[in-house]
Amino acid sequence: MEAAGRTVLVRPDHDLFTRGNQVTASDPVAARADDVWKVYGSGEAEVIALRGVSVTFQRGVFTAIMGPSGSGKSTLMHCLAGLDSVTRGEVHIGETRVTGLGDAGLTKLRRDKVGFIFQQFNLLPTLSAKENILLPLSIAGRKPDDAWFDTVIKTVALQDRLGHRPAQLSGGQQQRVACARALVARPEVIFADEPTGNLDSKSGADVLGFLRDSVKTYGQTIVMVTHDPVAASYADRVIFLADGAVVDELHSPTPDMVLDRMKKLDAPAEVTR
Amino acid sequence: MLRATLKSLLARKVRLVLSGLAVVLGVMFVAGSFVLTDTLSRSFDSIFSDVYSQTDVTVAGKAKVEIDELDGEPVPSNIPQSAITTVSALPGVAQARGVIAADGATMIGSNGKAVGSFGPPQLGENWMGENELTQLREGRGPTADDEIAVNVGLATAGKVKVGDQVGVLTLDAKQRMFTIVGTFGYSGDRDSLGGVNEVAFTEPVAQRLMLGEPGVFSSIDVRATDGTSPEALKQQVASALGADYTVRTGTEAAADDAQGLKSALGFFNNILLGFAGVALFVGIFLIINTFSIVVAQRTKELALLRAIGAGRRQVIGSVLTEAVIVGTIASVIGLGAGIGVGALLAFLASKFSGGLALAGLGVPPIAIIASFVVGLVVTVIAAVMPALRASRIPPIAAMADVATPDRPLTKITWIGGVLTAIALALLGVGLYADGGIMLVAGGVLLTFIGVALLTPVLSRPVVGLLGRIFSWSVPGKLGRLNSGRNPRRTAITAAALMVGIALVTGVGVIVSSAKTSIAGAVESVDAQLIIQGTQTGPRAPTFAPAVVDQAKAVPGVRDVVGVASDLATVDGEQQFVTSVTDAAPIPGIYGSTAVAGSISSQGPDQVIVNADAAKEHNWSVGSVLTVQLTRGAEHRYTVSGIAPTDKSIGEIMLPAAAMAEFTQPALSLGFVRLDEGTAVASVQPKIEALVADNPLVSVIDQDTFTQQQSGMLDQVLVMIQILLALAILIAVLGIINTLALSVMERTRELGLLRAIGLGRAATMRMITVEAVVISVFGALLGVVVGTGLGAAVVRALRDEGFTDLTLPWSTIVLYLGVAALVGVVAAILPSIRAARLNVLGAIAHE
Ligand SMILES: Nc1ncnc2c1ncn2[C@@H]1O[C@H](COP(=O)(O)OP(=O)(O)OP(=O)(O)O)[C@@H](O)[C@H]1O
Ligand SMILES: [Mg+2]
Repeated sequence: MEAAGRTVLVRPDHDLFTRGNQVTASDPVAARADDVWKVYGSGEAEVIALRGVSVTFQRGVFTAIMGPSGSGKSTLMHCLAGLDSVTRGEVHIGETRVTGLGDAGLTKLRRDKVGFIFQQFNLLPTLSAKENILLPLSIAGRKPDDAWFDTVIKTVALQDRLGHRPAQLSGGQQQRVACARALVARPEVIFADEPTGNLDSKSGADVLGFLRDSVKTYGQTIVMVTHDPVAASYADRVIFLADGAVVDELHSPTPDMVLDRMKKLDAPAEVTR
Repeated sequence: MLRATLKSLLARKVRLVLSGLAVVLGVMFVAGSFVLTDTLSRSFDSIFSDVYSQTDVTVAGKAKVEIDELDGEPVPSNIPQSAITTVSALPGVAQARGVIAADGATMIGSNGKAVGSFGPPQLGENWMGENELTQLREGRGPTADDEIAVNVGLATAGKVKVGDQVGVLTLDAKQRMFTIVGTFGYSGDRDSLGGVNEVAFTEPVAQRLMLGEPGVFSSIDVRATDGTSPEALKQQVASALGADYTVRTGTEAAADDAQGLKSALGFFNNILLGFAGVALFVGIFLIINTFSIVVAQRTKELALLRAIGAGRRQVIGSVLTEAVIVGTIASVIGLGAGIGVGALLAFLASKFSGGLALAGLGVPPIAIIASFVVGLVVTVIAAVMPALRASRIPPIAAMADVATPDRPLTKITWIGGVLTAIALALLGVGLYADGGIMLVAGGVLLTFIGVALLTPVLSRPVVGLLGRIFSWSVPGKLGRLNSGRNPRRTAITAAALMVGIALVTGVGVIVSSAKTSIAGAVESVDAQLIIQGTQTGPRAPTFAPAVVDQAKAVPGVRDVVGVASDLATVDGEQQFVTSVTDAAPIPGIYGSTAVAGSISSQGPDQVIVNADAAKEHNWSVGSVLTVQLTRGAEHRYTVSGIAPTDKSIGEIMLPAAAMAEFTQPALSLGFVRLDEGTAVASVQPKIEALVADNPLVSVIDQDTFTQQQSGMLDQVLVMIQILLALAILIAVLGIINTLALSVMERTRELGLLRAIGLGRAATMRMITVEAVVISVFGALLGVVVGTGLGAAVVRALRDEGFTDLTLPWSTIVLYLGVAALVGVVAAILPSIRAARLNVLGAIAHE
């Protein structure tokens, strides 16, 4: 019902950087945070989760966010995705100014421009894998693009699991279904919060590989929060958070490089605690 | 989205069955009442068209006293022979016959008991021979004054046969003996028309015993000559007889007579629908709770939907769609069950009324419409709040565990407080300022809603206190904590039980207060023996005024007063009136003194009224009242005295002579005052002997009288309890439902408890404590609210004779006990479920 009035989709071909919802292919920024502050509670119970974070996520780039526990990773992601409001500062997704949007605007944003992969509870237990994957489209009242759907399914290697319920799938398979779901709607940016946190290294590698491929092959933009240096090494760029602020950044990381930075970060963080 | 809704609904079908069941039961009640009353009313239609099948035009005397449908049947004036002669002479009339048929012929069966019930009339009539409708089965019609024929239905019910000697009670207060010379039935091999008992006398006997006058008839049955239409004949007859007569065609008369019964049925139907309404009201609580819990359990699912783009309206739509589906299915099942119940009740009604031939089972459109409207509306209304709550789930809740903070109860408490205050105001106006029954009903309804909203706040301290009883064991303590954990949920569940318990308690308070008031009133009367009939039909059994004089002559008797009562038109309004044999002893018996004028003597043209009536109608000593009784001409009576309201025999007490013009010109109540020191037991048999000719009339002492009155009130109470049982049953379903859902919700937690060593029995005990705490809490609320409502009504009715306020403590304790038991029963299934949990599975449960 809310589908009415949406812009007509550009016919998708599967080339790099060409996606349906994209307004102007030339704009290289998929998401942006400008001096974002997030304060929880007040008085005694006041917690400053983010202290003036400014960060830009380029289109077609796979970014990992790392940092010690409690450093504000999830909070930053929630604020970027419009799931949570910021106390100060501004967030943009593509051309859209997220800060100040009402519920209807945020709903439209999630429907059209943002995809999510959570650590757990990604799927509706009552729906089959296929139905779960197509759910964002059916909520938006959009017709799936069969060719794109087949491509996605092939990439995540779920062809023979489509009829299964989440309970009948392994954890890794469930996360791949979640990835497929995030991808099938071709959002501006996919946010993933520790998508491999619950998986063994083999299944985790599968999922991460798939995420990286979707960036390389289809130009998808992905922002992923993780604790795992190996997972972070799949990304093109790693941002390090400590105490609610961006403290460091790495490009084309390897696990060792990431581990090294993390150690440096962790030491003073432990002390402050 | 629709598919996601449907799938999720299917996956949770068990959870919704119980909430659906509440709607099913309510709808069943609604549909059942409509089907029952429709079937009965069509059955009546067919009976009356049979009765008038031989009649082209029927003539009746206009009733002298108009009577409201619900107060009884108006008694038509008797028709003299001359009217029949006039009609017979008219052109177009083939035959005009005088018919005598009046209610009030009670036959005494072979067991010495009166045959009949409160339902269908007991007609006494003149034998008019056989026709297409009436057919002799055995013997012949009556030809001598001591002979009667009865219909087969009556013969069967009284276990009498041709040749038997039986007693019959009529207007003549004594039982008269007759020989049964024949039995008759009706076309189509029927033994009775709708359970009506008929006793056919010879014409003169019927005139004397049923109409109280020789040579008169109750109606004229006119047949048209060939070629004359009933309509045309009706016009002719009407103009020939003038305005004192009601002239109708057979078809009109059938429709009219059926209509009378139908409006009584309509009233009955409304009562049933009222109780159905209560059941559905309680059902709403249950459905709200179910949907709220389901929404709470689906928080992550709904948040996920929101995270991937579902709008608020889509979430609301999803919950409401679910409600529509549940409501529709429940309506269909409820309608089906209602048709079954309606048919069953109609069958039982026909059985107990002595063979009402049922018209085929029919489902009136209103039953179908009402079922769906009620089922859908109730479910959807109940789902609105949970749906709104669902739409407010933030998408972020899909991530890990975002604890939704316990919303403060301030707002709902405020609303509850305001609603309760408005409810009390409504009740106050309705009860004390005569605002009418609708205001009272609205006030009661609003009280329930208001208190239900206050319940969450109350639940914390009260549940805490209740739970302390069980805190000695670990499972008991856990159960108590669990029941206090979600105050809203506990509150709604308890509130559902509150409604039913409050209503039965309220009625209980009224009934017990009425009983003590009656006992007090009886004791304050200085009459050690009471002569009174056991009513078995529409008319009260009576005894002759002569009995009073004979009783006075019994040694040890100081005074006797006999009372007759009837409906009359007083100054153009329908009123209950009484007539006493002698006003003189009344002040002595009641210990009353006149408010004005004299109440210890009454001339033939004087009337004594009570203070209430005097105030209402502005009467004072010297006022003149115009009174039209069932028989005779209008009389004018002058008010000679005003008696205190609570110590008077009726509002309007006419002199002894008026009794002769009453519908039943005989006494229905007598007070016997003994000399000081005379043993009651020594006089009682002597007075009993005086009324021995009427087996329905007995002489009882004060205690027995009080018990009889109490017994009748108890019957009313039991009926109301039965009808409200459905509402309570639905509330019990609610408790089961809440527990079952909570158990599912806490699967993980239960698994953990089991893993760390909580045994099966202990797990079950924990759930049971939770259930008992909730249900006792609900019953407590109900008892408090019900007592309050009942007390308010009793206080408001103080002037109507409710002098005492008595709380039915034993019943109240019983209700609380039953509530505890209900809790135990409601916990059975959920606790078994909890105990059966596979520990590993529960912990791994996602
Ligand atoms: N709803 C909330 N209310 C109050 N404080 C919060 C809330 N959510 C997060 N915080 C606080 O904000 C800070 C940042 O939390 P956040 O969840 O972003 O950390 P994180 O980096 O994701 O940690 P982890 O690696 O453990 O997931 C923490 O100190 C946390 O306690
Ligand atoms: Mg986190």
